[in-house]
Amino acid sequence: MSRIPLDPATSPAFPKAAKKSLGDQQLRRNVRHATDVIQAKRKRMVEERDDWQELRESGSQIRQHTLRYLDQYLEEFERNCTKAGGHVHWARDGKEACEIVTRLAREVSAKEVIKIKTMTSEEIHLNNALEAAGIMAVETDLAELIIQLGEDQPSHIVVPALHKNRHQVREIFKQKMGLKDLGDTPADLAEAARSYLRHKFLTVPTAVSGANYLIAETGSVCIVESEGNGRMCLTLPETLITIAGIDKVIPRFQDLEVFLQTLPRSATGERMNPYNSIWTGVHEGDGPKNFHVVIMDNARTEILADEEGRQTLHCIRCGACQNACPVYRQTGGHAYGSVYAGPIGAILTPQLQELHHAESLPYASSLCGACYEVCPVKINIPEVLIHLRHKVVEKQTKGLGKLNPEAVAMRVMANIFRSEARFRAAQKFGRTAEKPLVNRDGWIGWLPGMLGGWTQARDLQAMPDETFREWWEKRDKKEVRNG
Amino acid sequence: MADARSAILEKIRAVKPAGFGDKATAWHQISRGFLAGSALSREEILHLLEDRLLDYDAAVERCAPGEIAGVVKALLDKRGKSRMAIPEGTDPTWLPAEGVDFVVDHDLPYGELDRVDGVLTGCTVAIADTGSIVVRNTAGQGRRAITLVPDYHLCVVFASSVVKTVPEAMRLLQAWNTAPITFFSGPSATADIEMTRIKGVHGPRFLDVVLVLD
Ligand code: SF4
Repeated sequence: MSRIPLDPATSPAFPKAAKKSLGDQQLRRNVRHATDVIQAKRKRMVEERDDWQELRESGSQIRQHTLRYLDQYLEEFERNCTKAGGHVHWARDGKEACEIVTRLAREVSAKEVIKIKTMTSEEIHLNNALEAAGIMAVETDLAELIIQLGEDQPSHIVVPALHKNRHQVREIFKQKMGLKDLGDTPADLAEAARSYLRHKFLTVPTAVSGANYLIAETGSVCIVESEGNGRMCLTLPETLITIAGIDKVIPRFQDLEVFLQTLPRSATGERMNPYNSIWTGVHEGDGPKNFHVVIMDNARTEILADEEGRQTLHCIRCGACQNACPVYRQTGGHAYGSVYAGPIGAILTPQLQELHHAESLPYASSLCGACYEVCPVKINIPEVLIHLRHKVVEKQTKGLGKLNPEAVAMRVMANIFRSEARFRAAQKFGRTAEKPLVNRDGWIGWLPGMLGGWTQARDLQAMPDETFREWWEKRDKKEVRNG
Repeated sequence: MADARSAILEKIRAVKPAGFGDKATAWHQISRGFLAGSALSREEILHLLEDRLLDYDAAVERCAPGEIAGVVKALLDKRGKSRMAIPEGTDPTWLPAEGVDFVVDHDLPYGELDRVDGVLTGCTVAIADTGSIVVRNTAGQGRRAITLVPDYHLCVVFASSVVKTVPEAMRLLQAWNTAPITFFSGPSATADIEMTRIKGVHGPRFLDVVLVLD
């Protein structure tokens, strides 16, 4: 069941891939439907909170604070997890993380591991590494199962199979599970997954998970989920291996009071997701006897080093920016060539890849600001995008020095996008500022094949006189009135 | 080459933004302007909890502390359940004297947990805002597997352990912050197919609650 993972190093550049996605009507319909539904639910859940802005502010402050003391919090987590009987491992990059997980699985002679959806493991292509070592990874999240059985790729960080509709899922399940009669209501399909996986849960002794939060104060891990497949994997096996980026640590147990409110509302539009599990090391008579945590860097320290890019590490992977993004809603996730798609992908992927393989991604945005407005930890994605564009320009014009006009203009833009209060003014400014850039001859020549390609895909060279954001809002209102 | 641990920690120290004094003091300065409590009356909070639970399709029955066993029996009869797992340390006064076979979880094999009709437990705290019930590993609430493998969960919630907000619950749970803790909000569910919330995937598919007015 091996599949070729999404890898920014080998994927076509965004404009090319986007063009392909834009031609796939079914995919576009599925993505639009799913993102419409989540957005509407999210909006309701956020609007019922009078203190939403305060929650966002606290979330952002907790993340900023954590980064300032990141080394200490990671050490504190390690100390407390170890004291509670867990084993902590450190991995500089994805390769090292895969080696550690494979070695740990081998030590318990695992032939098979059950897995909870983890974007971190997708990021490092863990399933392929395990398979190469003769260990079969079984995805247990419904969406991941759809993707695995369909030999497909995740296209969204929260709902990875959102590009498939029920009929397509039914075909995959019928074929791969050998079911002759299978209905196509979502309930039929969920039932099929339940029966298919039940035996695995009760018998496979090794599991691999990601983590939503590592709690420094207690050495605990917290995972939020919906289906209960996570709980099965965390609770029933003998051995549990958890992989987490260094950005997943939070200072204290109490800090969950913020994220347990903002994450479910932002991610799936629920007041609370069906299950949250918090556990600490090994607990006699309850859960796995061997518990490992692999703490992974994989270029996150590079992001930390970048003053303007480091807010990317605040991300709690809620996917709200993807659902809100007009570009993502048109192209779907695969065009981004990375497991992290949409606005978060456009800033995270190039940074994880040190810009080498994802130079077109910072351009995969209209800078409309919708992503920033919905982000529950206030990541100023447009600001980071501009910053990364600036870096791309700088890299591509090396030799011309910092004074080249595009680089300077990008800097100015970055400064303006930094302030939330000035955000809308900045868009107006953007309309003025972009003209000299775009209208200048040679702009496309400066970024060969990239900006040119992207404008081909979005049919939009300069910002329109009405901003995308303004247009989008009006359009939304119109839809509501019509509905 | 340095080992991975020191390499990562050293890199972080070299590039991270500067802190403001020691981390404990700085942590206390994080702004928490969100709502942590509420001005609602106890009755209003209980009503909100009931409402949220009904939203999740759970049945909620109110009763006085002396009536728990009777309500448990009635709910089980309605669901057609006669063989229930219970954790060690379950209050015997909750159990109807006859008609139901209760199996105490002395480390029952998972296959056995899979074969009972359901599980009866208490809880640590319930959150009205979100309709969440929190259980931890302790007497009467049991290990994590017991509220996971059986297909039906009947949970006894005392009104005195109901709070309105998530922050209140987290502060209360602080006393047991290293115990295995599970929040559940309705039965297991998924929205993975066309964003339609379907109740019941791998965790219990059915949930009933006895709300005890203590
Ligand atoms: S960037 Fe913000 S909105 Fe996007 S996934 Fe991360 S936390 Fe959510």
